[in-house]
Amino acid sequence: MVDRTTAAATETKIQDPPWHRRLVESLGDLREALRRNPTMLFGLVVLGVMAVAAFGAPYFGLPDPMRQAPIERLRDPSAENWFGTDMYGRDLFSRVLHGGQISLMVGLSVAFLATVIGLAIGLVAGFNRRVDAIVMRFMDALMSIPAILLAIALVALWGSSVPNVILALTIPEVPRVVRLVRSVVLMLRDQVFVQAAIACGTSTARILVRHIMPNTIPPLIVQATYICAQAVIFEAYLSFVGAGTPPEVPSWGNIMAEGRRFFFQNFGMILYPGVFLAITVFAINTFGDGLRDSLDPRMQRRV
Amino acid sequence: MTEAMTLSAAPPRPVPAGEPVLEVEDLRTYFDTRDGVVKAVDGLSFSLKPGEILGVVGESGCGKSITSLSIMQLVPRPPARFASGAIRFRGRDLLKLGHEEMRRIRGNEISMIFQDPMSSLNPVLTVGDQLTEAVILHQKLGKRAARDRAREMLDLVHIPEPERRLEEYPHQLSGGMRQRVMIAMALGCDPSVLIADEPTTALDVTIQAQILALMEEIRDKLKTAIILITHDLGVVAEMADRVLVMYAGRKVEEADVVELFERPQHPYTRGLMASIPRLTAAEMETAPPRLSEIPGIVPSLNALPPGCTFADRCPHVQDHCRRGYPPLEPKRPGHVAACWESHRLPEWQP
Repeated sequence: MVDRTTAAATETKIQDPPWHRRLVESLGDLREALRRNPTMLFGLVVLGVMAVAAFGAPYFGLPDPMRQAPIERLRDPSAENWFGTDMYGRDLFSRVLHGGQISLMVGLSVAFLATVIGLAIGLVAGFNRRVDAIVMRFMDALMSIPAILLAIALVALWGSSVPNVILALTIPEVPRVVRLVRSVVLMLRDQVFVQAAIACGTSTARILVRHIMPNTIPPLIVQATYICAQAVIFEAYLSFVGAGTPPEVPSWGNIMAEGRRFFFQNFGMILYPGVFLAITVFAINTFGDGLRDSLDPRMQRRV
Repeated sequence: MTEAMTLSAAPPRPVPAGEPVLEVEDLRTYFDTRDGVVKAVDGLSFSLKPGEILGVVGESGCGKSITSLSIMQLVPRPPARFASGAIRFRGRDLLKLGHEEMRRIRGNEISMIFQDPMSSLNPVLTVGDQLTEAVILHQKLGKRAARDRAREMLDLVHIPEPERRLEEYPHQLSGGMRQRVMIAMALGCDPSVLIADEPTTALDVTIQAQILALMEEIRDKLKTAIILITHDLGVVAEMADRVLVMYAGRKVEEADVVELFERPQHPYTRGLMASIPRLTAAEMETAPPRLSEIPGIVPSLNALPPGCTFADRCPHVQDHCRRGYPPLEPKRPGHVAACWESHRLPEWQP
């Protein structure tokens, strides 16, 4: 993942518009964007639909996702219950839509937190050798633990709640972001424009924030989308093994976990959340790929 | 450029007068590496008067750039260290200043222009952002005042439509335009010394001439002293008042520009001059002569021979040259060189 994303940063020659201008350009004119970068637009639209479905679910007049009606348990799809009902007679369609809230929230929060924390640490590590030596060994140690195991352990330690899940998924992602940012900073540090800024008498802090940080953003945004996709999967995974969100809260992982025992009675309990999960992750990844294309000038020229 | 070689025809330039603004004394910048101590600059001394253009010439790897980076204290320490010497700027020894004090001098009193204008501007910031940075930093100007100043500076370096340019990003400017912006940036705080490290090497010839003319104009207008680092003797002949020739980290010759070009005293200087391509009308008719070169390369700076460092490449080398390094001594009035054999060199035929 890291290899794919650093490409955007190595291109610091100023033949091309800066990344934020390219981003505005590639989204500014929709028709132009559709022609130049259809994948990004596709991902964005699908994600938008998902977000509206998930966060708009309470306003669609759907049955309460928590309302139990044992008499209607394990129904097949019908006009009333589009995806059928689960073992407590709860409306599956409503539950799946509401479940999207958790997935998207966790995905976005983890991506945001991991990026911000990783950016701060990576900037300092890349610029200060002494900090670098200490911080990077710590990050290496953190990276040596499989992400999902670490997350399960952390949730087990802190108890299952949505904020805890977000934190538990953020921590294993931070080292990857730190590595990425650090490598970009090391590269940028020797760029002439950084030397020129030092020669202008700019302070180290200002150089980091004003001259180096903006140039680390393009690979970071792309990395953030991958982290987001992974966090969505991991959240479902944690919920599935029972180490995620509390069981009464509808989330795709929870619904599938409950569906395990009723696989032969109502296959939809596994199928629908699974399909939603797959589409969401696919959309995030497509969006990320498209974003990378429009942020990396070399990719753009090839198109 | 070749025309500039016939300097005797050019009107004599006014000799800059006054107290030197920058004095470098016995500067030794050493790098501690695994293979030993690399003496990148070894006992260099020179001084610079206000409004003077000092040309520093030499091949790649002879210590020109490290000299300029040493003055700015931009050499990474470690591995570099200043083994001895003083860099006095208006009487203050820069080598003894703390980080903060040095930061106030950089970009404010001493500025620097880099070789490659393609990569010396930050791609994500507008020209205006970068131009105002130094003046906001050093002169504590407000945003509005800094912008006015930036516009003035762009005017000074002859960039048309400065108002519009301030909003543009570096990629929207051509190479020559970018170098003008760099110069404007360097001049923002009205520095007394401007270090230009190969300012025209990355530009094409017509733009080179424009940039050089601009630098001369600025010297005349603002009385900025300029250290012009280059390997292009044509540029030196055209611009410099005084020339310092460096070889393997040491000064081997220094003289006024006319004096140096008419009576070079060091075989290395002569070698450099002979390497300038020149075509006379007669030679155009027949086959042009082979371009002359200095055989060999600069010796490795961590294993310098005991004698003259140029001995292995020198056409006039004698046995005693390899025994001791020649002292830097006046060979003619206002003309120093470090060569044992300079009095026996043949008359120089340009």
